[in-house]
Amino acid sequence: MNGLEQVFAQCREEGRSALVGYLPAGYPDRDAAIAAVTAIAESGADIVEVGVPYSDPLMDGPVVQAAAEQALANGFRFADLFDCVAAVKEAGAVPVVMSYWNPVLRYGVERFATDLAAAGGAGLITPDLIPDEGEPWIGAARSKDLGTIFLVAPSSTDARLAMTADACRGFIYVASTMGVTGARTSVGSGAKTLIQRTREVTDLPLCVGLGVSTKDQAREIAAFADGVIVGSALVAALRDDPSLGALRGLTEELAQGVRQG
Amino acid sequence: MTEVTNPSPDASLADSLPSGIPASVAGRFGEFGGRYVPEALVAALDELDEARLAAMSDPDFQTELAALHREYTGRPNPLTEVPRFGKHAGGARVFLKREDLNHTGSHKINNVLGQGLLARKMGKTRLIAETGAGQHGVASATVAAYLGMECVVYMGRVDTERQALNVARMELLGATVVPVDHGSATLKDAINEAMRDWVTNVEHTHYLLGTVTGPHPFPTMVRDFHAIIGQEAREQILAATGALPDVVLACVGGGSNAMGIFHAFIDDAEVRLVGLEAGGLGISTGKHAARFANGEPGVLHGAATYVLQDADGQTLDSHSVSAGMDYPSVGPEHAYLHSIGRAEYQSVTDDEAMDAFSVLSKTEGIIPAIESAHALAGAMRIGQELGPGTTMIVNLSGRGDKDVDTAARWFGLLDSQDDNVQGDNS
Repeated sequence: MNGLEQVFAQCREEGRSALVGYLPAGYPDRDAAIAAVTAIAESGADIVEVGVPYSDPLMDGPVVQAAAEQALANGFRFADLFDCVAAVKEAGAVPVVMSYWNPVLRYGVERFATDLAAAGGAGLITPDLIPDEGEPWIGAARSKDLGTIFLVAPSSTDARLAMTADACRGFIYVASTMGVTGARTSVGSGAKTLIQRTREVTDLPLCVGLGVSTKDQAREIAAFADGVIVGSALVAALRDDPSLGALRGLTEELAQGVRQG
Repeated sequence: MTEVTNPSPDASLADSLPSGIPASVAGRFGEFGGRYVPEALVAALDELDEARLAAMSDPDFQTELAALHREYTGRPNPLTEVPRFGKHAGGARVFLKREDLNHTGSHKINNVLGQGLLARKMGKTRLIAETGAGQHGVASATVAAYLGMECVVYMGRVDTERQALNVARMELLGATVVPVDHGSATLKDAINEAMRDWVTNVEHTHYLLGTVTGPHPFPTMVRDFHAIIGQEAREQILAATGALPDVVLACVGGGSNAMGIFHAFIDDAEVRLVGLEAGGLGISTGKHAARFANGEPGVLHGAATYVLQDADGQTLDSHSVSAGMDYPSVGPEHAYLHSIGRAEYQSVTDDEAMDAFSVLSKTEGIIPAIESAHALAGAMRIGQELGPGTTMIVNLSGRGDKDVDTAARWFGLLDSQDDNVQGDNS
């Protein structure tokens, strides 16, 4: 059984949503990133999305962009990713990777699947790869029992929701709003509508991302979603407090939030 | 390279593609093209694709666009024979397709008029665009003014500083210019920022992408709006010489002017199609934009194509004296034409381009855009290989007014403390 199936089954048993935390590999540098992903795994993140810093992150807002730039400036190499993945696993959370497509393509799709599985990774979120273009990845992922996590958006038609859900394994990334990553004051209503529409076509776990930054938002989303994804707020906490204190504190609050929803 | 039919964007693909780059449902040129975009944009791309297909067969749309070409842009523009320049090209007969004479000074207007009309048809009220040196930004601001639409142009901070006059031109036309500070703060980052705006505001905003790259349907649609260049040129050369040319040349930044002139000749297997990329300071220096010389297949800005990238798939910075050539990727249909050998791609250094710039200016009284000077340099090179009796068409994609400052510094004509030319976009 894939680690993602296990963690969602466990959350269901506990009657709560999962907390999915995002941090980039290599940020602020190679070793500090390993410490940071370990910290959020220890502080209550059920799933940790390890991001691949990329030169052209067109789905990301200013916080994640700046982090990617710094990671690259500090010498991030793609292979460093797998150390972060292994660290998450070691700390007891389920690691998945989030990557724009070109770095994976360049690394080699089959090779990536092999190395991700070997490091203990459970799947890949692909912000700029839609299932229409996803056949090579889907094939490689299935052979290694890796999750294929595509996004659905408020603009997705019903037909595309069904097609995308069909291509997903592990969970579905439900983009709460139209736009890029980053904190927003309100995410609730659009996300709820999209969750309802997606629920019509699938039994897979549905996790809401884009704009969630606070415990209250986590609680609100947890009331109707299987998982709550937090990225930019965690990256900002790490940026502002390299001691990891703020990062641990925010993760603990969010973990409370998903238990109150 | 016989029987090459126009690559259909909707061609279904065999399973025998090179590994890594997959088949897709739409918008493929061989293994290149496709749609590598956030799901949130798919609905808008589908809407755009439907609108452009409907417009192609809508006589009213075609009539309105044709009238704009005639009365606003000033089409058809001439095909000018340049015999004194031809002496520098091995004595070949050289003809220039005069896109430089269009309103706003380059071929860019063909595309923005078409997309502007489509945007209005789709009920969009806001246009956004990216620009490098500012030519596409100026053209976009122009069409927005003409159609009474809001216009926001994203431009790398570095470029806004080096092209301050073009920023002023856009603002005079009523557009808002937003400097982009992220990444290398040049064209590729301006495209990223425009994509972010689009994904956020797609309901009422059209992204007026300026070249034959990006996700489907942009490469096909932009090519089709520029195809009038080749259609006119083909008729004009037949009228002038009674025969097809031996060679058609165009500069290739993103590649829109080149696709525009190549398209009408693709089925004429005897016509050699040559695209000229920016060799910058030389391929070996790493400071260039020669994607076919030194790039690898990959994905950037929504399309599978050739990309200047490192071993980890991170995009590399490009360099050219000409901002319009200074882009690390290239339109996917060019990648396809390259892969099947129907078009060939050569690189031209900054030095060669500036030499050709000077030769055309002094022999013919036509100051070309530095982008177009790359194509002229290619004509000088190939003319010297083929000699007299050869007929060539060079797409003169733009005029050089915007480049006077760069050229004056290059040739040491300004008493400036800073006569060390770094290019528009190094």
